[in-house]
Amino acid sequence: MPSIRRRLFVTVAAASLLLAAALVIAPLVGSTSISMSRVFDRSTPFADNTDAQIFFIARLPRVLAAALVGASLAAAGVVLQALLRNPLATSDTLGVASGAALGAMIAITFHLDFRVAGISSIPLASFIGSVAALGVIYALSSARRRGLSTTVLLLGGVTMQAFFSAVILFLQYWADFTDTGRTLRWLMGTLDVGSYAPIVAVLPVVAAAFGILATLPRPLDLISLGSEAAAARGVDVVRAERLALVSASLSTAAAVSLAGPVGFIGLIVPHLVRLIVGSDHRLVIPASMLGGAAFLIACDLVARTAFAPLELPVGIVTALIGGPFFLWLLLRAAR
Amino acid sequence: MKRIVACVLIVGFCACRAREAAVASREAAATSPRRIVSLIPAVSEMIYAMGAGDRLVGVSNYDRFPPEVRQLPKVGGLIDPNVERILELRPDLVMVYATQKELIERLERAKVPYYVYQHRALPDITETIRSVGARIGSTDPANTVASRMEQSLAAIRASMASLPHPSTLLVFGRDPGSLRSVYASGGYGFLHDMLEIAGGTNVFGDVKQQSVQATTEMLLARKPDEIIELRYGERMTAEQAAQDLRVWNTLASIPAVKNHRVHLLVGDEFVVPGPRVVDATRALAHTLHQEAVQ
Repeated sequence: MPSIRRRLFVTVAAASLLLAAALVIAPLVGSTSISMSRVFDRSTPFADNTDAQIFFIARLPRVLAAALVGASLAAAGVVLQALLRNPLATSDTLGVASGAALGAMIAITFHLDFRVAGISSIPLASFIGSVAALGVIYALSSARRRGLSTTVLLLGGVTMQAFFSAVILFLQYWADFTDTGRTLRWLMGTLDVGSYAPIVAVLPVVAAAFGILATLPRPLDLISLGSEAAAARGVDVVRAERLALVSASLSTAAAVSLAGPVGFIGLIVPHLVRLIVGSDHRLVIPASMLGGAAFLIACDLVARTAFAPLELPVGIVTALIGGPFFLWLLLRAAR
Repeated sequence: MKRIVACVLIVGFCACRAREAAVASREAAATSPRRIVSLIPAVSEMIYAMGAGDRLVGVSNYDRFPPEVRQLPKVGGLIDPNVERILELRPDLVMVYATQKELIERLERAKVPYYVYQHRALPDITETIRSVGARIGSTDPANTVASRMEQSLAAIRASMASLPHPSTLLVFGRDPGSLRSVYASGGYGFLHDMLEIAGGTNVFGDVKQQSVQATTEMLLARKPDEIIELRYGERMTAEQAAQDLRVWNTLASIPAVKNHRVHLLVGDEFVVPGPRVVDATRALAHTLHQEAVQ
């Protein structure tokens, strides 16, 4: 067995290469064909250069958003699967994504129109919604001094999800028909962010989430075996669990506010990564983040080109891949 | 088109038959209904336009025009018709969408006649007016309204014929304050037809759908010469409107943006496929060709 350092190096290097390839190839392909020499042609002013505008305003932000969202959702999936000791846990399980969806619904239905630092109302409202959901989860976990019961968290998450969905349906009942259509489209998830501002805005949140996550691989390894075992090995289980929750919730909030609830990334990527590198979180976390970024870029590439000149919302593609994968996973677990 | 009319006629005919069997004595009432409930804003407008508005006893939650509809009881909408309220109004004719299968079944069980509506392209609007007129016993006024509309639309088309038809992006929805979730008219449906009559070429004319969700890349690649945004159901000051259109400036390479040809039209006549499509088409023509239209 090679040393962990060596395995970490190989894993991260391979995953980084994959991501780098995705980052380079994806902006070159799209629903329209553009010429790279025109894109970097300095003699035409940027405002008149359609190819450059497509490259820098339409594609690059979309690819970067895909990378950020893919990495965040995959990381959240890893954390929650370890924390809840449940292979099917994802950020949807905790109700954070539905909290975000509720926020977006409110903004769409009531035609809220405000901007903070260049960010429009719908992403802001969805971020507020997911942070509110996080607040409830955190209160739930703090209410039990001796650490959180995974059953309570799972049930709490499922309950919150059902409750938020009910509120969403209630809102849709009152909403104008055209707004209902828009909320439905929002729920599919789309990466067409149209500028860099929304990406920059969620960067600090993602950085905070990943910063917390960097301290957690070892505790997560032990917690995923059982909290008593972890405590016996000197892990402050309560603290580690809360940090993990906050990290997963923040990264989910950032991802959902940027792209809507893109499904299945938190499920597919961590499982594929574990199949390849094993269950050591020192490897699983970085590999899932890099692999999640590359995977979502690839899915979005399919979404952008499969029906050219039309472009699909990426959530449809991930769901079409994710659904069968989910079933395969269930069959595999049943064996 | 003929098939739709045929379907509508057959369904209408069956509805009549069912009712005749049940209440043969009130045969006259079935041919000339006195208590009409309309779940379709466009059809309510048509009924008012043919001078039969006083026979409407209930409308949908989304009816806004003419102002008289505000006084009438509201009975739900496309996805949530309130059957109990509809029956409570004792209608002798209910105007329903073809997709409201469940409502249609319940009306059949209650032996309430109904008229099935489907909205498609612009020519279907006057067809529908004629067929609604025939159904409610207002054939002559309905034909007059329909013919006048057809003449007006033909006149607008003729006056635009010799003018250049700039490629136009017709937007009917997007997220506020950003260019995300832009919904534009595709090459099918009454918005597309209105635009073509008004002297524009739909930039998504080749996409045979009623609506297109246009991404940033699609907007940039299609390079429309004109952008017209339609808004409905909201009031905004000129300043708010100007502020709101400023988000387009990011996409400076689009000719419409570069040449300050991004327009905002406010009013629900743009999204209700009823008699006011003539006004709406005229407004579109005026926006695209200020000089040529009075």
